[in-house]
Amino acid sequence: MKITEETVSHVARLARLAMPEAERSLLAPQLNDILEYAASLQQVDLEGVPPTSHPFEQTNVLREDEVRPSLSRDAALANAPETEDGQVRVPAVLEGGTGA
Amino acid sequence: MNYETIIGLEVHVELKTETKIFCGCKNDSNSEPNTNVCPVCMGHPGALPVLNRQAVELALRAATALNCTINQQSKFDRKNYFYPDSPKGYQISQFDKPIGEHGYIEIEVGGEKKRIGITRLHLEEDAGKSTHAPDGSHTLVDFNRTGVPLIEIVSEPDIRTPEEARLYLEALKSIMQYCDVSDCKMEEGSLRCDANVSLRPVGETKFGNKAELKNMNSFRNVQRGLEYEVERQTAVYEEGGEVVQETRRFDEATQTTISMRSKEEAHDYRYFPEPDLVDLAIDDAWLNRVRAELPELPLAKRTRYEQELGLPAYDAGVLTADPLVAQYYERVIAENVDAKAASNWVMSDILGGLNNEGKSPAECPISPENLAGLIQEVSSGKISSKQARDVFKTMWETGKSASAIIKEQGMEQISDASVLGPILDEVLAKNEKSVADYKGGKDRALGALVGQVMKATKGKANPALVNQLLIEKIQAL
Repeated sequence: MKITEETVSHVARLARLAMPEAERSLLAPQLNDILEYAASLQQVDLEGVPPTSHPFEQTNVLREDEVRPSLSRDAALANAPETEDGQVRVPAVLEGGTGA
Repeated sequence: MNYETIIGLEVHVELKTETKIFCGCKNDSNSEPNTNVCPVCMGHPGALPVLNRQAVELALRAATALNCTINQQSKFDRKNYFYPDSPKGYQISQFDKPIGEHGYIEIEVGGEKKRIGITRLHLEEDAGKSTHAPDGSHTLVDFNRTGVPLIEIVSEPDIRTPEEARLYLEALKSIMQYCDVSDCKMEEGSLRCDANVSLRPVGETKFGNKAELKNMNSFRNVQRGLEYEVERQTAVYEEGGEVVQETRRFDEATQTTISMRSKEEAHDYRYFPEPDLVDLAIDDAWLNRVRAELPELPLAKRTRYEQELGLPAYDAGVLTADPLVAQYYERVIAENVDAKAASNWVMSDILGGLNNEGKSPAECPISPENLAGLIQEVSSGKISSKQARDVFKTMWETGKSASAIIKEQGMEQISDASVLGPILDEVLAKNEKSVADYKGGKDRALGALVGQVMKATKGKANPALVNQLLIEKIQAL
């Protein structure tokens, strides 16, 4: 995959990063170099090696369904720039945009 | 041109656990805002999620009940997007290894059984709850719901009509309730449904552009939203236009759908394996136990009611839709009363009363045992069916047993010939004309005599016995 300046600005937008044009033209070739370097892994023979999503072989780290204390509301909201009625106040958002 | 409707449904079901999926906060979205939150569900840097065993158990149970193949090797992934109700900037979900795949639900459409395929069932976390200021100036966010365990159930595009969509949802809800994995209260958001709908000319195999419908808060509205959408898309095609691929919101006030935003800004969630959670391995023992513990499901129960209890299909369907109703009914017939009589009382009087008062079967003022008692009073002839209606009303209001009410109100039907004899003699003596009429062949005259007896006994005489005794006495005159 070739990283173009458009790719950089697309990814930057998804990550909500401001990306001036100068940085885009600087980053595009750098990102290409990184991907090319990582692509050398493609040459490794992986016949019979199952794909892994983690460096650990451990599975099933589970907790029992038991309630533990939550934060106090004051503590939970302490870092919010703006609050109202015990909730976090944010700029108006479009209805129904949740990804859940 | 004739068009074929293609519908696929995405259903989110909140799991009935004590705690959230990745932290020990209480699973209760109705508490005071932002009181069931912690560093994990608020997305504080460095906080680590730990999977709730019970959430896995319930998802497994649901997947098994929906006839899914279980992926015994399963994993979690990050779905990346920014929205104020998701404090981490991503949702932990399952991408390429959902816990269940390739399931189905059987529905009955116009007397025909039809299978609706289920593509996948996966575990994920819910987002917080946003409340938008009416004037559009700002939004308030409550994170109590953030991290509540959800299963997302995605259907195959097998649904062909809005009615089938509703039937699928009803069947799904019923199965989820039987498995006790969720309350499935659509109005409270514990079951939510989005629908994809598109049209294509009959015979075409490619899918047309689809609209994604949101904001339908009842099964009825899902059906209505889809009906409107089918009409709208048909009109667009018939005018030679092209349906735009977009998200539309159902507007309850106008019963129409309204475009929310065009989907040209395609979602780019950049899924990748969740580094904070190790893989999930469901061994045979776990899976077999879940399978063994699965309760009798609505379809099986329905068939059993028809075959073993001899109930009509309609009765069996009504009684088994909600597991609490089925439970109630089964406790009634456990008292050895006629299955059909019990079905009649439960379907019309009990369900009618509960619906009127917005109560659940668990809150029914008449216990199943007391209802069985009432049915027995009728079948033994102690009271008439007409009296039973009045007794039922009093039972509903007071919670007392039928026998107590019958005794208190002196309603006991008189079925003793020796008690009725003198009363009948008196009635016959006072109504010589009716007697003569009856003897002269006017059968209707008997009714007048029965009426007099009922009047004399304040309606307590056993009508069948009165009839029989009257005829005997007149013939003996």
